Amino acid sequence: MNSEQQRVKGEVLIEIKGLKIEGNADGVWHPIVKGVDLTLKRGEVLGLIGESGAGKSTIGLAAMGFARPGCRIVDGSIVFNGIDLRKASDDRKRDLWGSRIAYVAQSAAAAFNPAHQLIDQTVETAVNHSVMGRSKAEADAVELYRRLQLPNPDTIGDRYPHQVSGGQLQRAMTAMAMSCRPDLIIFDEPTTALDVTTQVEVLAAMRDIVEQFNTAAIYITHDLAVVAQMADRIMVLRHGKEVEEAPTRDMLKEPKEDYTKTLWAVRKLAKEESVSDDVVLRVHEVDASYSSVVKVLDNVTVQLPRGRTVSVVGESGSGKSTLARAITGLLPPSKGEIYFNDKPLSAALRDRDKDTLRRIQMIYQSADTSLNPRQTIRDIIGRPIEFYHGIRGAACDRKVAELLDAIELSENFIDRLPTELSGGQKQRISIARALAAEPEIIICDEVTSALDQIVQEEILTLLMRLQKETNVSYLFITHDIATVRAISDEIVVMYQGRVVQQGPKSKVLNPPYPAYTELLLSSVPEMDPDWLTNLLARRKAEAKV
Amino acid sequence: MTDQPADIRSVRARRSAWENVRRTLATAPISAWFGMIVIAIYAIAAIFAPLIAPHGEAEVVGKAYQPAFGDYLLGTDQIGRDLFSRLIYGARNTIGIALLTTMISFLVGGTLGVLTALKRGWFDQTASRIVDAFLAIPVLIFALMLLAVFGRSITNLILILALLDSTRVFRLARATALNVVVMDYVEAAKLRGEGLRWIVFREIVPNILPPLITEFGLRFCFVFLTIASLSFLGVGIQPPTADWGSMVAESKALINFPVKTFPYLPAPFYPAIAIALLTIAVNFVVDWFLHKTSGLRDEL
Repeated sequence: MNSEQQRVKGEVLIEIKGLKIEGNADGVWHPIVKGVDLTLKRGEVLGLIGESGAGKSTIGLAAMGFARPGCRIVDGSIVFNGIDLRKASDDRKRDLWGSRIAYVAQSAAAAFNPAHQLIDQTVETAVNHSVMGRSKAEADAVELYRRLQLPNPDTIGDRYPHQVSGGQLQRAMTAMAMSCRPDLIIFDEPTTALDVTTQVEVLAAMRDIVEQFNTAAIYITHDLAVVAQMADRIMVLRHGKEVEEAPTRDMLKEPKEDYTKTLWAVRKLAKEESVSDDVVLRVHEVDASYSSVVKVLDNVTVQLPRGRTVSVVGESGSGKSTLARAITGLLPPSKGEIYFNDKPLSAALRDRDKDTLRRIQMIYQSADTSLNPRQTIRDIIGRPIEFYHGIRGAACDRKVAELLDAIELSENFIDRLPTELSGGQKQRISIARALAAEPEIIICDEVTSALDQIVQEEILTLLMRLQKETNVSYLFITHDIATVRAISDEIVVMYQGRVVQQGPKSKVLNPPYPAYTELLLSSVPEMDPDWLTNLLARRKAEAKV
Repeated sequence: MTDQPADIRSVRARRSAWENVRRTLATAPISAWFGMIVIAIYAIAAIFAPLIAPHGEAEVVGKAYQPAFGDYLLGTDQIGRDLFSRLIYGARNTIGIALLTTMISFLVGGTLGVLTALKRGWFDQTASRIVDAFLAIPVLIFALMLLAVFGRSITNLILILALLDSTRVFRLARATALNVVVMDYVEAAKLRGEGLRWIVFREIVPNILPPLITEFGLRFCFVFLTIASLSFLGVGIQPPTADWGSMVAESKALINFPVKTFPYLPAPFYPAIAIALLTIAVNFVVDWFLHKTSGLRDEL
């Protein structure tokens, strides 16, 4: 079944017609996917893109004949290589899954069993489906590790999931999916959780292996630049319907629908850089560590001018969030001083007075965990007003309504719980809570990372407007270079706990770069479908020199 | 906005607590209603026992071992006291003591559990190991031993059972609170400068309340059964105070002597049924509450 001869390119592998899927919320079934057609030939990669809730993942799973718990396929046909998956028995589908259709999930860390070695999990499918014997499967897995450019391919399989990095784990999961040489792989946001520098390697490895084995793939993502590198064709989805579909190059050159154009438009948001000498916060030669051994911050010096935005960029583990913890006093520095309005700030949180605490506020990445699910919006926003300003009762309620107005939400939200709001609305509530304290500094820790592109833009616009109105300073921690470009006045680049570079945006984002800034900036995917190919060729050439 | 009062938008007022209760009750299923009604009847019986009971708690009203549905609704016991009256007074004693015990155990165990989750470190280690040691000994045997040492009084009974039970509450409160203390909203509250009381009772406790209330219902039943067991063994509530456990014990000899066929049950069955019915009723209510708050519903 899996012999190379049968893999003729051009044959239709999967055909989905009029697919309708419903989801259950509070006992009511409502449509999620409203009639989508899709065909995929052997060796072809189809990119599915759209904002969250567009039905991308649901369609991806439906291509396996699977509906998530709480979902049901109500209409349409799914034919995989002549097999009607809607009519196929569960046994039949289980036989196909893993061996002929494979799935690569977003979070490799959650998809691997932490108690088993990588090699055992990689060969499991092949052995269970009796595609090959154990020893042959292990040899094959090592070969796949090599092709995916994992370090030490012969021995990396002996490690446990927690002993390898996120990017390596994601590649190991691709190896697991490839172990039976499936005809179709479904990639569901496989690089979303990775740093840009790691993403490049994983993308290159996945693209190579799909090409080498002539595997068809459905690539689900919300990142246009990534899909441009991976897909032969792109399908844009919105509210469970197809907006348009075209070959990648055509789609990038001239999108037809308005919605697609809004996705394609490079960030309209841009802020004129402006420099100021009035420094509100100065971090001076600070060291910090969690245990006494490893320094997470090493001699960090950063300045935040009043009413401006300083972005701190770097990959995970670079110390960005630790810097925020040092400033807020959650992690007192082991060396160095932090000056706030030219006065030294007490290192530990409990030594700071209420008014100092009020002036430095924080907004978190995940509004889901930063808003107490048992408190209403009235209590969440009202508490800092009551706590810092001593305003209670009806006057406090009025303030809350004003703040809701400022973050462009209706007053009707006042008695809702956070769980009743969308991701973007929740993040707005977090902003209102920070604003309620009337702070001088707001530390924004990856505040837009969990949001869709369009929602991100709305949140960033809101933050910029509020800065103009209240002259608040932002310390904006992010790994997203596009966001940095859009909103910052100054940029701090961090790597392994050190500051690589700090300066005005125009200086940091233009050559000459320090080596790390160059690597970071060049790893940010661009809309050009040849970007990845060109980048890899250029890096190879440089490595030779 | 401040100059013209007429222009001030009046923000919708907070929904009253009563309104919230009314809305919640409107969605209660029939099993929960059954449970609530049974609990309400027990509560009324317990509170107004002297008004409802036809005879006094320890009053000898007739001959011993009178059959039920004769002169006395449920007959009389071995020294001629009215069983029905004692059943009603028993509700007051047994439920009151069980409720008080459970509340003390939750206050102590719950507070300690949340505090250890919040503080961690040596405080957590010490408290947890002490609790582990307590948990290693079977409750009934430990309670028997402590009661033998400190003497059989109702105060001792309550304190000893509350202490032993609080170890279980501690475990649950600590485990659930550990999942909550790592949340960003708890950190946000710390950064805001909130005190310990706010963080514990406003940020953490509301989020661990569903499992705690469920546990409260179940623990109440267990305490109640433990008290009944201890009384049955003769070390719990002492005569002449009426109590369901000792009532079963006192009439246990009659278990093989149904005076007539159904509905005439052997005498020990009446207090036993009272115990079983309350346990079931509490479980119904707790089930509904858990279902409502846990978000378990609709998960297929």
